[in-house]
Amino acid sequence: MKEERFIILLERYFSNELSKEEESEFFSLIENDTQLKKEFEEQKQIKEILRKMEIKNPDRNAWEGYWLSIYNKLERGIAWILISLAAIVILFYGAIEALNKILVNNHIPSIVKYAYLALVLGVVILIVSVAREKFFTFKRDKYKEIQR
Amino acid sequence: MEFEKIVKKNMRKGYYAALNFVGAHDEALELSQQAFVKAFKNFNKFDKSKNFFVWYYTILKNLCLNYLRDNKKKISIDLIIEHKAEESESNPQLAAERNNLKELVQKALFELDAEDREIIMLREFENYSYKEIAEILQLPEGTVMSRLFYARKKLAKKLERYLK
Repeated sequence: MKEERFIILLERYFSNELSKEEESEFFSLIENDTQLKKEFEEQKQIKEILRKMEIKNPDRNAWEGYWLSIYNKLERGIAWILISLAAIVILFYGAIEALNKILVNNHIPSIVKYAYLALVLGVVILIVSVAREKFFTFKRDKYKEIQR
Repeated sequence: MEFEKIVKKNMRKGYYAALNFVGAHDEALELSQQAFVKAFKNFNKFDKSKNFFVWYYTILKNLCLNYLRDNKKKISIDLIIEHKAEESESNPQLAAERNNLKELVQKALFELDAEDREIIMLREFENYSYKEIAEILQLPEGTVMSRLFYARKKLAKKLERYLK
């Protein structure tokens, strides 16, 4: 309890927010407890070291191209979505067309026809499975808007 | 474009926040930009009456923590801190000592847990108030003070030899 109060007063001391009463309470705590006094000195030392330092600024060019880089990423994201959607539609259409042609062609052995059917079915199951997993993860993930 | 204005207003803060986690300039730039891209994609979910940076910071922090988790062995940390201009030293011996201290402090900071380093960087380097840190980290102010105290204490322990 005493330490909790000490921490709050210490932080308020560092940010010059102590009232007169709090200031006397703080210094009385320190004067009457050698451990707290030691803590105070240690924290003061660290604050003093850190006060003299700052984070290096990046190259000016970094800021000039910052927005453009984000814009490019957004633009490419849209392009990838369009490409993926178009590829799915075209592949799906191609698969149906090929299926029709293969099934009605009497020169193709039955085993190849079954293999083709199995291939199409396998791809459909795979797509449905991945889509279902993504959908359920999205519904349950409370950080869905944060990380993906 | 509204989002462009938001990016330009928050990009520096975003970059420094990422730098606090990953300690490397190029990665910090990339991660802070990726976080803006994610923020844009989910912008319809953002409550515009709230502080954008607080929302963005959550996205960025998760990206940075994922990055740290996935790249544990590959991360090379740049020297990201320096002495303030007014602290420059003309005496070569003292200047060398200061350089040494800068490296010691940086090493100690990056030996801390990401969350201890985060709170120290927010307060001591970026000068956010306790209230602002509480808002960003979504913690009560008292907890911020307490976490800051213990994070500094851990830093002091790492700099023990220098402090004596």
